[in-house]
Formats: sequence, C-alpha cells, structure tokens
Amino acid sequence: MMRLPVFRLHQPESLSDAMALMASSDGETRLVAGGTDLWPNMKRRHQSADVVVSLNRVAELSGIRGEAGGEVRIGAMTTLAAVAASPIVRAAYPALARAVESISSPAIRNMATLGGNLCLDTRCTYYNQTEEWRTSIDFCLKEGGTICWVAPESPRCWAVSSSDAAPVLCALGARARLVSPAGEREVSVAELYRDDGIDYLTKQPDEVLTEVVLPPSDGVQMSFWKLRRRGSIDFAVLTAAVALRRDDDGVVSEAAVWLGAVASAPVRSEAAEAVLVGNSLTAEVITEAATASRKVATPLDNTDFTLQWRSKMVIHYVEAALREIAGLEQERLAPNHAM
Amino acid sequence: MTPPRSGQVIAPDQAPPASAPGSTQEDDLRVVGTPFRRVDGWAKVTGQTRFADDLTFPRMVHMRLVRSTLPHAFIRGIDTSKAEEMPGVVGVLTGKDMPEPFGVLPVSQDEHALCLEKVRFVGDPVVAVAALTEDQAADACSAVTIEYEPLATISSVDEAIETSEPLIHDYGDEGNLHKKISLQFGAVDDGFAQADEIFEDVMFYEGSTHLPMEQHAAVAVPEGGGRITLYTSTQTPHYVHKVLATVLGMPASRVRVIACSVGGGFGGKSDIFSHEIVAAKMALVTGRPVKICLNREEVFYCHRGRHPVLMHLRTGFTKDGAMVAQHLKTALDGGAYGSYGVASTYYTGALQTVTYGLPRYRFDSIRAFTNKPPCGPKRGHATVQPRFALEVHLDKAAQRLGIDPADLRLNNLLPPDSITANYLKVGTIGLGACIQAVVDGSGWRERFQSLPHGRGLGLACGSYLTGAGLPIHWNHLPQSAVQLKLDRMGTVAAYCGEAEIGQGSDSVLAACVAEVLGIGLDDVLLCVGDTGLTPVDLGSYSSRVTLMVGRAAIQAAERARDRLAEAVAEKLDVPADRLVFAESRVFDSGNPENGMPFAEAVQRAEEKFGALATTGSYAPPRAPGRYRGSGVGPSPTYSYSASVIEVEVDPETGLYRVEHVWIAHDIGRAINPVLTIGQVEGSVYMGLGEAMMEEQVFRRLPKNRSNALVHKVPSMLEYKSPTFHEMPPVTTYLIEDPDPEGPFGAKEVGQGPLLPIMPALANAIFDAVGVRIDQVPIGPHMIRKAVEDKAAGGDGRYGPKAFPDIDFGVPLMVPTPDEGGDGRATNSEEAGVRKGSGTMADGVRKDSKP
Ligand SMILES: Cc1cc2nc3c(=O)[nH]c(=O)nc-3n(C[C@@H](O)[C@@H](O)[C@H](O)COP(=O)(O)OP(=O)(O)OC[C@H]3O[C@@H](n4cnc5c(N)ncnc54)[C@H](O)[C@@H]3O)c2cc1C
Ligand code: SF4
Repeated sequence: MMRLPVFRLHQPESLSDAMALMASSDGETRLVAGGTDLWPNMKRRHQSADVVVSLNRVAELSGIRGEAGGEVRIGAMTTLAAVAASPIVRAAYPALARAVESISSPAIRNMATLGGNLCLDTRCTYYNQTEEWRTSIDFCLKEGGTICWVAPESPRCWAVSSSDAAPVLCALGARARLVSPAGEREVSVAELYRDDGIDYLTKQPDEVLTEVVLPPSDGVQMSFWKLRRRGSIDFAVLTAAVALRRDDDGVVSEAAVWLGAVASAPVRSEAAEAVLVGNSLTAEVITEAATASRKVATPLDNTDFTLQWRSKMVIHYVEAALREIAGLEQERLAPNHAM
Repeated sequence: MTPPRSGQVIAPDQAPPASAPGSTQEDDLRVVGTPFRRVDGWAKVTGQTRFADDLTFPRMVHMRLVRSTLPHAFIRGIDTSKAEEMPGVVGVLTGKDMPEPFGVLPVSQDEHALCLEKVRFVGDPVVAVAALTEDQAADACSAVTIEYEPLATISSVDEAIETSEPLIHDYGDEGNLHKKISLQFGAVDDGFAQADEIFEDVMFYEGSTHLPMEQHAAVAVPEGGGRITLYTSTQTPHYVHKVLATVLGMPASRVRVIACSVGGGFGGKSDIFSHEIVAAKMALVTGRPVKICLNREEVFYCHRGRHPVLMHLRTGFTKDGAMVAQHLKTALDGGAYGSYGVASTYYTGALQTVTYGLPRYRFDSIRAFTNKPPCGPKRGHATVQPRFALEVHLDKAAQRLGIDPADLRLNNLLPPDSITANYLKVGTIGLGACIQAVVDGSGWRERFQSLPHGRGLGLACGSYLTGAGLPIHWNHLPQSAVQLKLDRMGTVAAYCGEAEIGQGSDSVLAACVAEVLGIGLDDVLLCVGDTGLTPVDLGSYSSRVTLMVGRAAIQAAERARDRLAEAVAEKLDVPADRLVFAESRVFDSGNPENGMPFAEAVQRAEEKFGALATTGSYAPPRAPGRYRGSGVGPSPTYSYSASVIEVEVDPETGLYRVEHVWIAHDIGRAINPVLTIGQVEGSVYMGLGEAMMEEQVFRRLPKNRSNALVHKVPSMLEYKSPTFHEMPPVTTYLIEDPDPEGPFGAKEVGQGPLLPIMPALANAIFDAVGVRIDQVPIGPHMIRKAVEDKAAGGDGRYGPKAFPDIDFGVPLMVPTPDEGGDGRATNSEEAGVRKGSGTMADGVRKDSKP
C-alpha cells in the first residue's frame, strides 16, 4: 500500500482559471498533467503539496497544430500517445515520434503528456525509493540531507534527466512557451534545463508550460537511439538524438548532437557537431564524431547498468544514430523496443 | 528429417510398456492426456476467484508492520504510546507478545513473529499496528519509535567468514556460518588419479526473487469458541497451521488455515511469514477480523528466494569424455534467517549425480548468515545454481576434448534404474530422448559452430525431483491424502490439503478422480487447502503435488470404484471385473447397453453399504541412503529436460537477443498437455529472467560513512524481469515414457524445465562470440569485457576469480554402491557429525540404526 497524502485538488477548465488558482492557493501548490510522474512521487513522499491544480480539463492546452513543412505547435497537455500517433509528427519529426513511442508502456502513454515529460523530475536509484528505504540510508541532498550517496565528495546532486522527448526537442531546436500570471515568454527547450539534479528546471514554479513549438523540418534528417534494459517500461540509461542538414553534395551544413540520461540535463556535444559540419557522412567521420561525443557524458552509478559500460555505449549509440541517417548498414543490434 | 513441431508429444521407441498407477485401461484414457480446460480457469479469467486480498469480513480492521530500517542492531526500546493514541488504532503488538521462536525446518527455529531483541536486516518486522483503515494503521506506524543499538553489518559470504563477532545468530555450525557440510562418496582421489584430463571452474550464480504478481496477503478471523481461521496466500497451509498453533500456544484443533488461490508462488509462499502469525494474534487480541496485504517492497523483504551461490567445480574426465570423479564446492549467501536454508545447502550438491554417470563424488558446502532478507526455495530449489555450473563446465570440457556437447552428454547418460554414488534411486530417464528432440528441432548437427560470428547455439540439460522423498518433519506418515465423498445425486466431492498456486493442481486432482470413476470434470467438486476440512497434503513445493496428490486421488477413486462395482455387479448380474466406468455410466463391457448412470450406481452402493466415502494416501518409497544428509535428494522419480538456445550477440556492445528456445521435457505422461506446456514455457520465461537480468542485490554504502545495507531496487520497475519484448519463441517437446511411480505415469513439470535455460544461454553466447561468461545474470557489460579481454590476448572469460579458502575438515565418507557400500557413512565420529545440529536426515540416522 502506498497512498497519496491528503491535498486539495482543483480541476479548472481554462488556463486563466488555472493561473488564478495557482496564485491564490495557500501552501505548497503544484501543477499536475497526466500525473504519471507526480502521483508516484507523492506516494513515495518525494514531492508534497497542499494544493494540486490539474490541467486535465484545460482543453486549450492540448492538440497539435500546423502542417508538415511549416512550424508545428504541440500543446503541453497533448498525450504521448497522441503525439506518437500524429501523422504530422510522424512525417515531419520521426525522431520525436520514435522517442515518444518508446516511453514506458501504452497505458502510461495514454495518460502522460508532453509537457509533463519535459518537466519530469530527475531520477536516481538512491532517490526513487520508498520513504522507509530512504530512511534506511539517511536522506541524501535531493531530499534535504547533507550527502550525495552517488558522489559523496561532491557538493551537488547528480540525479539523471530522464525525459526522452527533451534531447530530441533540443536537437530539433524546439522552443517552449511559458505562461505565468506575470506574463509569458518563449525559451528554447534547451534553456529549460539546468545541469543540477535538484534544481533541474529554469522554469519558475508558477509558470505553466503551454506549448512546444517545432521549427519547420524541411531538409532536416534526424534519428533517436535509446538504451535501456528492456523493450518496454524502463527509463533510458542513455539516449542519442541527432539532427542535421546536408547540402547537395552530401556535406553536413548544420548538426545537432544531443545526449539524454547521462547528466542532470540533456547535454549537447559541440565537439561531435564540429566534426560533422563541413564533412560528408562517411563511416570514418561518423566514428570520429561519435568518439568526440563521449566527453560530455557524465554517467554515474545511479541508474540501471554499470556506469563504465554506459559510458562506452555513448560512442556506439551516437554512431548508430548517425549511420542510420547516412543510410549505412547498421552494425549494432537494435534495441528490442519498437524502433 | 522434418523437425518435430512445437507441443509435439514424443514417445521414445525404447519405452517399455508402462504399468503406471491408474492406467488399468491404458488405451482409453478419456480425461488424462487430453488438453482439457483447467477447472479453475473460468473463475480466474472472469475475476470470480477470491484471492486473500479480495476477502472482507464484518468489523474487519487493517494491519501494517513497522520494519527495521537498520541492517543489524539490538532493539533497546520500543515506544508505541503515541501510536496507540492515534485515530482508529485498535491494537498494537510487539515481539514480546509472541516470544515463541519458529522456523519452517525443525533445525532452524530462528525467527520470531516480531523481532524480540535484535533486528537482522532492513525490513525485519518489529511492531504491528491494526486500525480501522489501512491509512490509519500506516499513520500510526509512523508514530512508533524504536531505539536501536547498531551492530556491525555483515553483507557477504566473505564478510561472514571473516567476522566472528558479532554473530547474527547464536547458533550454527561455526561463527556466522549457518551450515557447513562435507560429504565424500567413494574414493574420489583414486578417481582423479585415473583421469586423462582434469578441468576446473569457478562460477557464480546471483540471487533472484520470485516476483509473484500477487503480493502476500492474509486475513485472520476470530471464530466462536476460541477458534481462529487464517485465510492466506500460501503454498503450504499445513506448515502454516503447525507454526501458528505453536506460536499462538493454541491446540491445533482450534486453528484453521485456509489456503486461498495463490497469484504466483514459485517457492516464495512456502514459508511461514511474520504477517500471517501477527494477523492471527491481532485478531485474537482485538476480537476482530484482521487483514494485511503486503506492499511490493515488503514482498522483496519476505524473499526466501534463490540463494546467491559461488561454486568451485573440478572434474576428472577420460579422453572420450566420461566423468571419473568430481569435487564440487558451494558457498551460499543465506541472508538473515535459516528458512529452508539447510535443505538448500544440501540441494546445491544433491542432484549433480542424476543425469550423467559419476562414479565418485565429493561435495563441500557452506551457508553463511548475512544481514539481508532470508533466502530459501525458488523454482528448482538450489539445484539450479550447481546445474548451471555443471552444464557450462561440460560445455567447456566438450570443447577441450573435441567432442560435440550433445554427444558428450548422450555418451554419459545415467542408465535407468540406477542407484547413484550418493544413493539416489533413479527410475525412468527420458534425458536421451530430450536431447535428441532439441538437437533435431534446432538443427544442431548442421548449425552448431557453423553460424556466422555473433550467432550461436548452446545446449544444456537438467533434472528435478518429482516431490521430495522425505517430509520436513521426520515421520512415516503419508505425505498426501485425498478423501472422496460420493453423493447420491452423482457428485463426487474430493477433499485434499493441496494448495492451488496457479500450477494446475486442482485440475490434476479433478482429472485423476474423473478418469478413474468415468465421470466428467464438472462432476467433481473440490474442497482443497483447508486444514480444518481436508486431509493433510504437505503443500505445493518440491514439485510433489501431481505425483503425490495424484496417487492418493487414484487410490481413493479406485476404492470408490470397487464399492460401486460390487453393488452394480450385483444389480446387473455381471462380474464386477467386466464393468466399465465411462461417460458418467457404469456398464457391462460385453454389452454396453446393460448399465446405469453413475448417480444410480452411487445409489445402489449406498443402499448396500450406507453412506459412501473413501480415502487414499501416498507415501514415497524409502530411499537407500543412510548417511547424514541423505534426506535431501531422494524422490519417487526424476524429471529430465534438455534445451537448445539460439542467440544473437553484438560483440561491440555486448547486447544480445535470445532468438529461439527449443526445449524438451520428460514428463512421464502429461495429465494435461496444455497445462504442461504452459509450465514449460513459464519455466523458460523465468529461467531467461535469471539468465539475462534478474538479481536480488544489495547496496552497501561507503563503510566509512554508513552501516547501511539495503535492497538495491525493491520495486517492479527497477528489479528487471523480462517483458514480452524479451521473450523469444519457444518450441516445446513433451517426452512421454510413463514412470511406474507417477499417477498414470506422470512426472513433474513445474520446476525442471527451468534448469537448462541459464547454462544453455551461456553456452550459446560462447558459440556466438567465443567468450565464456561464468556467472548469471549475463549483463551486456560482461560480454563486452570478455570480448575486450580476448582481443587483448586474455582468456576471454568473465566470472569470479576464486573460491574462498575454507577448511571443510574430514568429510563424511560414504562408500558408493559400486564399492560395495550400504548407504551408510563409515566415519560419522571422525567427521564430527554432531547430534542435533542437524539436517532433515536426523530421522534417517535414527531409522537406520541396526
Ligand atoms: C513506469 C514508468 C516508466 C516511465 N518511463 C519513461 C521513459 O522511458 N521515458 C520518459 O521520458 N519518461 C518515462 N516515464 C515518465 C513519465 O511519467 C513521463 O514521461 C510523462 O510524460 C510525464 O507526464 P505527465 O503528464 O504524466 O506528468 P505529471 O506527472 O502530471 O507531471 C510531471 C511534472 O511536470 C509538471 N508539469 C506537468 N505539466 C506541466 C505544465 N504544462 N506546465 C508546467 N509544469 C507541468 C508537474 O507539476 C510535475 O512536476 C515513466 C514513468 C513511469 C511511471
Ligand atoms: S545524485 Fe546524489 S543527491 Fe542526487 S538523488 Fe542521487 S544520491 Fe541523492
């Protein structure tokens, strides 16, 4: 038995009502979308709230607008199942469809939203445990303790950014729209994150993420590879999201290489991008770029699998994603989830 | 030739004509052998089955347990005063309310319903609180304060060997070693001296847990007249009954245990658990029904699962691959309590001899206490780990000797009706046919060692008990009994203490009765697993139910048939031996028109004899071993399995995918082929889980900063068990060679088919990429590391380096049958066999006194 604690739940039907409730509520107030992250966290007493404002009935926040070839806007409350099934997303942003389709299980994708996915709490095997378990090891930094059990000498928390959509959206140069009682702003999805396991979002608590804006994808080639133990349910221990453009001669003119689940935020490998830009996608160039990407990954022993091995896999996964784009024969055993 | 198809039943050509119990009309079995729908299937798929957690009673309250947050500590004080004042709280219990120790084995009475003086692992239960709602009980639990005095944490076998103080328990064979065994069968040194080649391996098998979908639950209901009824999800109602009566200090006649349908057991519900006893006590104290349903984390703490075992195996071979001697050493990490551990320890050595000829054999073993949830029996109970070691060891031997691994095994098969070096009496052996079936099915002869780099085939075998030959509590009583009550309307009620845990035991019981009496499955009404109403069956463990319940049921049904036949013969005026029982009628075989409906037959018999009830029971044959330790291993008959696994491995990453599993199982006779294949596939699934990813492992925080030792991932998200994505296609072959001990010739199937899976996978990985992974689960990083090692000129192996240096003293010497032995040890005094420190074979020793 793990039950939710007692709190007050509001289910407003408009964004402005939601905002008003957020501003007027006494005590700790949180937003909830699909609840597939928040509810388990509250059951385990990671997160608490006196008031929870649900965005579930705010119709204006869900739906996918735009068409292939142009800008596409995805409402934050659009479910992952809807994103993955969307013909526009599948045609124009196949890497995003693949990433979203790989998340957890069908049941969770039916509830979970894209906004919730981007705001997903960071994860750590010393942290995502019951309260009794955490008492047994003494609470760590992320919970007001004085030590990080993963890196005891370190002053910071290294909990892992686990959103699968985030690295793809970063690679695609997507932007996020944030609305608060004070007004609204648009930031790049990349700017939404901070490499800190505790304070992992730059978003203010009273800001609602309303939509994700994807730039036109004409001429962009993209890929997403995800490493995890099983073909379903499991969070990633490494993702590689790559997007690039090539000119008529096949020379890479723009490249974005992002890694997920290897730090407290999605991380970009500028070194890998530098290798790619100005070159053709030959097997050699790809291997060189993949090798260069490993440096930015800082996996620690707080997920499934051994960290040395995960760290080695960075090269293989970036390489696989690039080879897929280049149309080269795939040497890797593809992960056994739907890809 | 065309490979056999999946689900095909194969009768080996050499099969002797069977004279199996129950099979009087061998050719026209009507229920047995048909793929009938399981009798509890409809209720299960429509949600009508009542599991323990579905039960609710008037005035019922809910209980939660406060569990230790320290791995090892003295309890210095417990303050429940605040909790008692909390809203809704109706009762609070601590260890002193139930001070009587208990344990499933008579030799390991080391548990308390709630910890008395000490806690021994994170999760050990200390306080129980009952309240009107589960939330209130949980809140009140948070208000309990326990003062501890921490003790040093012992987290591994090595630490247990090194640490003489503190002791986790004040009993055991030596320091923190719960058990230490050394047995020698025959002149082992002479055997090694005759060997052309001697091969040695050190292997490790990680612990894993059962992961049943149903979390343990129990409801205790106080009844009038000072009685108590406990409804619980258990595999062993009889043992729960025994322990409840003892700990509650009540006459057994006032305690009734009802085994609810179990949503997955696999050995994890065959012990007696704290929450069962405490719920009963709480019900007695409060006078109200008390329910507890454990959460998933608590299920990981109940555990009693697979022991982590480190093994050292040394075998002498002749040039043509015959084994001349073997020495096996095993070290078990037992966790914090005894549980079935003494039996587990013996089981890591007992069944090494039942598959291939092994003339001389030595077995040394220790089981250590550590501050972790107790290990116990999981599917294949402690025979799985040494089987993994043996089958990989044989694969390596075959490779070095230049013999095909299938031939190495086929050439060394133990002959049927053997008595092994360690005095196990083996009857029919379908192993040769099993190997043949998977070799043919997988195209082994053409494809082994011939697939492209990265693809491989591996073969391995296994064997398992069809019921432990000896009961846990030594006695000569039947181990299973069935009562039948025949009703004049034509219903036959079958009473039996067996526990349906999803394996299909209800269906087997009904089928045996229906077959003998010639009635439909629907005409058999079952009343099972109720210690108040049903005769004792020891429970659903050691793959004993089909054989033992089946035999008891056949006996009871045959006795009923004889009575009916006598009355009907008189009425129809035909000799009783000409009567046939079929299609719910009793009729003259010479003139089928001349007969009567079954119900009328019952009426005729009732007129003649009065009310009709019969009984049947079964006790296994006596085993030939007479030495201490010989109680573990004997069985009425052994099942055999062989498997070939095909795997695709990416040598660069170490990631791999199991492409196909071919498995053949020697079932003797399938009472229901569909249920049998289901058990085989379930075993393959569970075996792949252990081979690929499942591990019950613990986290020790840096010792300079913390004493903590916690289960690494007590959740279903992070404890990795395969999903549909990882489950490959499985081709199953059933080998039918009816065994004279089995009901209609049947052997077990619930556990045996798991055994070949882990070694077959390790062997397949070797065929694919040329590296040896000498431990399970096999993580991709291990393969990657071994591949790197090989590329750098190493031996391309990943696995444990050494077995700890342990002085096993003088082994207990038992001359083998070939050496003229009589099953007794020759040096009990010298080997230091102590009275009462014992094993399940204490009784054997007593029994065997001249
Ligand atoms: C078993 C399991 C497996 C999973 N596997 C994966 C996986 O493989 N990959 C992966 O990426 N994720 C995985 N997840 C995480 C999954 O919960 C999220 O991916 C999901 O998308 C979260 O969406 P939600 O709508 O349910 O979020 P919620 O739980 O409702 O919210 C999550 C957080 O975001 C905040 N929030 C939500 N919406 C908004 C908004 N519009 N504006 C501001 N703040 C907001 C909430 O306040 C909360 O803090 C898994 C989860 C489970 C339970
Ligand atoms: S990374 Fe360190 S501080 Fe952060 S959750 Fe894990 S153990 Fe706690």
